[in-house]
Amino acid sequence: MKIRLDILRKKFNEDKQYTQSFEYEYSDAGATVAAALCDINKREPLLDINKAPSEPIRWECSCLQKKCGACAMLINGYPGLACDAKLSEYGDTISLAPLKKFPQIADLIVDRQSIFDSLKQIELWFNENAQPNEKRAQLIHEASRCLQCGCCLEVCPNFYADGDFKGMAAAVPLSRLVSEASETEKKRIFAEYEKHFYAGCGKSLSCRDICPAGIDTEYLMVNSNAAAVWKRKRR
Amino acid sequence: MINIVGAGLAGLSAAITAAQNGQECRLISKQPSERAQSVLAEGGINAALDTMGENDSPREHFQDTMRGGVYLADPNAVERLTKNAPEILLWLSRLGTGFNMQGDKLLLRKFGGQKKKRTAFAKSSTGKIIMTALIDEARKYEARGLIHRYPHHELCDLCIKNGRCSGLVISDIYSGKILPLGGAVILACGGLNGFFEGRTTGTTQNDGTAAVIALARGVEFADLEFIQYHPTTIGISGKRCLISEAARGEGGRLFARINGERVYFMEEKYPELGNLMPRDIVSRESYMIKNRADCDGVFLDMTSISEDVWSGKLSDLRKECIYYLSLDPAKEYIPVEPAIHYFMGGINTDIDHKTNIEGLYAAGECAAQYHGANRLGGNSMLGALYGGKTAALNIPHINEDIPELPDDKLNLTLSPDIEEETEKALYDGLGIVRNEKNILGSLERLEKLGDNTNARLAFAKAILKCALERRESRGAHFREDNPETKEIFKKTTIVKAERKNGEYITDISFRDIAEKTNENKA
Ligand SMILES: Cc1cc2nc3c(=O)[nH]c(=O)nc-3n(C[C@H](O)[C@H](O)[C@H](O)COP(=O)(O)OP(=O)(O)OC[C@H]3O[C@@H](n4cnc5c(N)ncnc54)[C@H](O)[C@@H]3O)c2cc1C
Ligand code: SF4
Ligand code: SF4
Ligand code: FES
Repeated sequence: MKIRLDILRKKFNEDKQYTQSFEYEYSDAGATVAAALCDINKREPLLDINKAPSEPIRWECSCLQKKCGACAMLINGYPGLACDAKLSEYGDTISLAPLKKFPQIADLIVDRQSIFDSLKQIELWFNENAQPNEKRAQLIHEASRCLQCGCCLEVCPNFYADGDFKGMAAAVPLSRLVSEASETEKKRIFAEYEKHFYAGCGKSLSCRDICPAGIDTEYLMVNSNAAAVWKRKRR
Repeated sequence: MINIVGAGLAGLSAAITAAQNGQECRLISKQPSERAQSVLAEGGINAALDTMGENDSPREHFQDTMRGGVYLADPNAVERLTKNAPEILLWLSRLGTGFNMQGDKLLLRKFGGQKKKRTAFAKSSTGKIIMTALIDEARKYEARGLIHRYPHHELCDLCIKNGRCSGLVISDIYSGKILPLGGAVILACGGLNGFFEGRTTGTTQNDGTAAVIALARGVEFADLEFIQYHPTTIGISGKRCLISEAARGEGGRLFARINGERVYFMEEKYPELGNLMPRDIVSRESYMIKNRADCDGVFLDMTSISEDVWSGKLSDLRKECIYYLSLDPAKEYIPVEPAIHYFMGGINTDIDHKTNIEGLYAAGECAAQYHGANRLGGNSMLGALYGGKTAALNIPHINEDIPELPDDKLNLTLSPDIEEETEKALYDGLGIVRNEKNILGSLERLEKLGDNTNARLAFAKAILKCALERRESRGAHFREDNPETKEIFKKTTIVKAERKNGEYITDISFRDIAEKTNENKA
């Protein structure tokens, strides 16, 4: 099978974006965008579709099995993980571009530091011992699964980098804290949740549909809203 | 200032420990912690918490670990590890790690090579769930200015002179900018996957470069021949995907299809531990039976696992089988094969995690500590956490702004085709079953690639030389030409490299295992 990859590229420290296409042949029905990028970068010499010499395509990957969030990018315009995108599902062309809500460093690499800065800003940690509880185990597990990949932020109508609203990438890990915080620490965490998430979220749930980890963001949100905003007993 | 290279479990544990003691550190990694290999760990983490009413004890954890590692691990280090394991787990609990629980106690599952239930877990995503709790904890100290993250930075060189490390050189992967940094160094840079690209269950980030730098700069390595093959993996695009040992811990059974019949070979041959024998043995048995002419493959039979266990303890694993194989493991058999999973060997350290170089420590999978000839499942996350902590507690304070830079440059990379040939040769020489002829054949292939000034090639050769010199079978190192375990090889393999006229010369020797001291005698 053969596919053409159209990649929206940019060199480090240059502003100009350009599209470069590569042809890729594969036989494994499970072959992913990630595999294609790995293989293309190993070509010697590395030629594009017009047989023009090309620099290796810069992108990030690590686990190659949807568990680390490194390889998030726009695939045919939608945010997703390159290692989760099977080529056979895309016909004979596919377009790859960097996520748009973060600064492009080079090619498909964006700097997602703003996600991590947000988490710091909302003091996402415990100052006191957590209160794990068997009854909340399912919720805590779900809330611990966020990859910090940024796909949900990309589709969220209300999120932009450096705004007060921190989006689902913050609300997911925050819901672990909401659920496990000690009685004395609860207040601070509830307030962070209300201010930096609840107040800005329009509940359209685009985040749930796009999340490549399949995190049930609605379930987490409903629980955290009940506890942090409506002050119902935590489940 | 402490410089920590690697932000997985070992690096995070070191950084948090340092920060708790008011010590500033830099946490340097190619990508943020969320992307480290540690998030992939599935099955669980060991500690003799004895919450399952089986009368377990650190003593038995010690014995199982030593036996599993076929007595090559340092008994004093293992003693400390197993004694401190319960406290590590309680610490993780206080951080709110989402372990599976029963009431207020941690649930424990059965894992390979251990006679009692000793493995705490969070379904089959234990590594991810622990990492989340640790990342949150580290963030607190980042905000307090004690942990400084360098999250898109890679190690370029270690500043080692006259047996002393004064810092390191890193580069910003985004911009290519080079930064020399002074202070003591803890290496927590993970395993050697990059020497076996596409053939392991690990990440592409751990490409082995950090280890290559260390060897080239005179750091001693140990036991590189011990490479763990995990018996149950499946092939997915670009890599091997693990089917956690938890599948067998919760009742999964391995069988070979022979003449159309299911032969549960592990249960037949090893009635006591059956499918939960240590990994080296399960992988070897699978490999041997699969190679029989009448065998149609090895499968994992998880069809007897109950719905409750699937949903409560193994839901992630089930989803994975359905996604990658379109097979529901609750109803269908899963075809599995062994693949490279863990590197027992690595940087040689003492019990405090110090290397042969002053001011340089190593912890986690990059260090050869605790696991001997074969690691027990669930012991490596424990080893990474305890090792990182121990390193941070013992490392001397070196306050140097500017490190003493090395005089020469290292040649660390190979062109894609030479890299590919190197990796193929390694794989051919370092299989589950090895012999002198194959190992020598692989060494010759590497010699043909010429270039004795390339540090990566020197490292690759060193791994093969370790496998060559250990003329016995022990743990993960099985030599069909020397199938017995020999008392004279109850020793640590030590690897050192020297550079003469630009060319690397590696030296392999054997060193006695430490005696158990009185302090550590139970
Ligand atoms: C699929 C899978 C399942 C597993 N399941 C279990 C289990 O159930 N129980 C268990 O105990 N163990 C398990 N393990 C093993 C265990 O996860 C690892 O051994 C352990 O997490 C290693 O932690 P670490 O901190 O040493 O390294 P890693 O988590 O690998 O982190 C390495 C760090 O070093 C950085 N790094 C690497 N090279 C460089 C460089 N050149 N410059 C800068 N930074 C660098 C990386 O960016 C990363 O941050 C599993 C492993 C795998 C792959
Ligand atoms: S529900 Fe809508 S507004 Fe709220 S985080 Fe998700 S995408 Fe954004
Ligand atoms: S919630 Fe999902 S999409 Fe958003 S950052 Fe976490 S893993 Fe990614
Ligand atoms: S490489 Fe880890 S999610 Fe794709």
